[in-house]
Amino acid sequence: MGLIRALRGDTGGQLMLGLLLLVAVLVPVLNLLVPETSPWHLSTFTVTLLGKYLTYALLAVAVDLVWGYLGILSLGHGAFFALGGYAMGMYLMRQIGDRGVYGDPVLPDFMVFLNWKELPWFWHGFDQFWFAMLMVLLVPGLLAFVFGWLAFRSRVTGVYLSIITQALTYALMLAFFRNEMGFGGNNGLTDFKDILGFDLQADTTRVALFLASALALALGYLACRWIVTSRLGRVAVAIRDAEARTRFIGYRVDRVKLAIWTFSAMLAGVAGALYVPQVGIINPGEFAPLNSIELVVWVAVGGRATLYGAVVGAVLVNYGKTYFTGAFPEAWLFALGGLFVLVTLLLPRGIAGLFRLRLRRRTEAPAVREARA
Amino acid sequence: MSPASQSARDLMRRDRAFDFSSQQRAWLQFKESMRRDRQFDFMVNVKDLELDISHGPILYIEDLNVSFDGFKAIDHLNFYVDAGELRCVIGPNGAGKTTMMDIITGKTRPDSGSVYFGQKIDLLRLSEPEIAEIGIGRKFQKPTVFEHHTVFENLELAMAGDKRVFPTLFARLSGEQRERIDEVLGIIGLGEQAQREAGALSHGQKQWLEIGMLLMQNPLLLLVDEPVAGMTHQEMDRTAELLLSLQGKHSVVVVEHDMDFVRSIARRVTVLHQGTVLAEGSMEQVQNDPRVVEVYLGE
Repeated sequence: MGLIRALRGDTGGQLMLGLLLLVAVLVPVLNLLVPETSPWHLSTFTVTLLGKYLTYALLAVAVDLVWGYLGILSLGHGAFFALGGYAMGMYLMRQIGDRGVYGDPVLPDFMVFLNWKELPWFWHGFDQFWFAMLMVLLVPGLLAFVFGWLAFRSRVTGVYLSIITQALTYALMLAFFRNEMGFGGNNGLTDFKDILGFDLQADTTRVALFLASALALALGYLACRWIVTSRLGRVAVAIRDAEARTRFIGYRVDRVKLAIWTFSAMLAGVAGALYVPQVGIINPGEFAPLNSIELVVWVAVGGRATLYGAVVGAVLVNYGKTYFTGAFPEAWLFALGGLFVLVTLLLPRGIAGLFRLRLRRRTEAPAVREARA
Repeated sequence: MSPASQSARDLMRRDRAFDFSSQQRAWLQFKESMRRDRQFDFMVNVKDLELDISHGPILYIEDLNVSFDGFKAIDHLNFYVDAGELRCVIGPNGAGKTTMMDIITGKTRPDSGSVYFGQKIDLLRLSEPEIAEIGIGRKFQKPTVFEHHTVFENLELAMAGDKRVFPTLFARLSGEQRERIDEVLGIIGLGEQAQREAGALSHGQKQWLEIGMLLMQNPLLLLVDEPVAGMTHQEMDRTAELLLSLQGKHSVVVVEHDMDFVRSIARRVTVLHQGTVLAEGSMEQVQNDPRVVEVYLGE
């Protein structure tokens, strides 16, 4: 029932999910079943790259939920992504066990290197997968909740809110760079061996992680669609368009914002948790303000307030990034900046805007023809 | 009024405005914020409040004072509205009409005085959303409808009901609620426009939609701020009909500048001047009151 409501009238979303399903079937087949000598074989490197794009897409959906539908331009969503990533990274670190360079059965290498004698309290429990997964949701969720509770209750909005979200991620970056924080300092967490007992370098594990990312994206997308098509979603858009009016009608604007904001942060955390085992490292660089700004560009390029546009934007821009940083390493930032300017000037509704225009023309066409006749 | 007495009054007003130093004011605000009965706002369950209108009036404003940076916007104001009454409030610019509305709806806090809804509910203790919830609706001067929602959705959002986050997330329209929306669409004459985006409506239609949104909250008291500003004559007539049809079922307070419009709907008129009531009575009485004539036509 909820699923039907979530997808009704969402042509772009249906197409996107169909395409995602197709890719989710084709990629494992082309990677695992087609022999490496065949030109149709898909390298594991590409599988992992695609998996990474999908986690970015999920992150972009989380940003579009708060930016497109609630009007909160978050310039700090990278922080929630990175926190989810660190929670996963801590689990992967504990999985290494005594196979590290120093061979300590409990302490990760960087702690031995720092001459620490025992595990800090906040590293306990992360040897359990379920606990780590719980933290993937809880840590970003809790931070977003506390931050949002303070910000929304004081009615901080607009550009001021954007700036403090940016400050939040910057502060976290500085904190995580410090060795004393106990998260591996500037090297971060890396050298992962396996996840749930499966070798992280194995093709099958890579494909499984890719599929998990695709599934998470699909479920995350549906959950967001379900929210925006509910009455709460309409309240969110009302807050975006006329906040004071919504408050006046009797909605607790701060609580609506807090709920959706926290959910979005948890979604970003999940994306981060799927990202880390695929790229094999998490370091404080993920908290860099530039990352958070870049992901706002993905959403803008794809088209705000459509959700599927965020997916399209994230995948396309990141494909462009992969291509440009390979072909013309110096040109990438110019290309990104140029893209943002062009989209703002020429495509204010992003790629999804183009798509919707086409769709409308097609549905309007018969009426226009009739009118002319 | 002679120039001398005018300046004497000005002086008095200035004195009164400055009797609190900023420190004293801060201390008073601090004390106010520490009041034990105000500490746990969320513990006041608005639904438990009972409206008592057994003595007639639904709104009591007594000895109300507000000043902004030394300017007395409301000056010892007393104002009562009976249940089911349609009341017009007129007055020149700066008379305190909008400020009075702001205080009733909790947007502005007065310096002193009391505002009661019925005999028991102290509005000064409630927050804006709580005041909306107990049944006081307000239409603003500038129509602010949700432009990206359809007319139907605008009414749905405004509908009375459980507006907490999770009930809203799982909310579904019942047949009864749908009927109520259709009924209000009929009252405001926008049945045909139900599925249009509100941003595409004309100015007059937006004003009616806004009144419709008020009605969806089943308010006992409606505050309507300048409903016919910028309307054509036809639209004005339509608005007058609309407001008159609400009489009896709701108590309505209309603030309006347009005298013809006020004449066409008002039974009782209150004239505000410099934050206090200058005259009250039927349109005829008020129009013949020499003080009102002076205020409106000058010395």
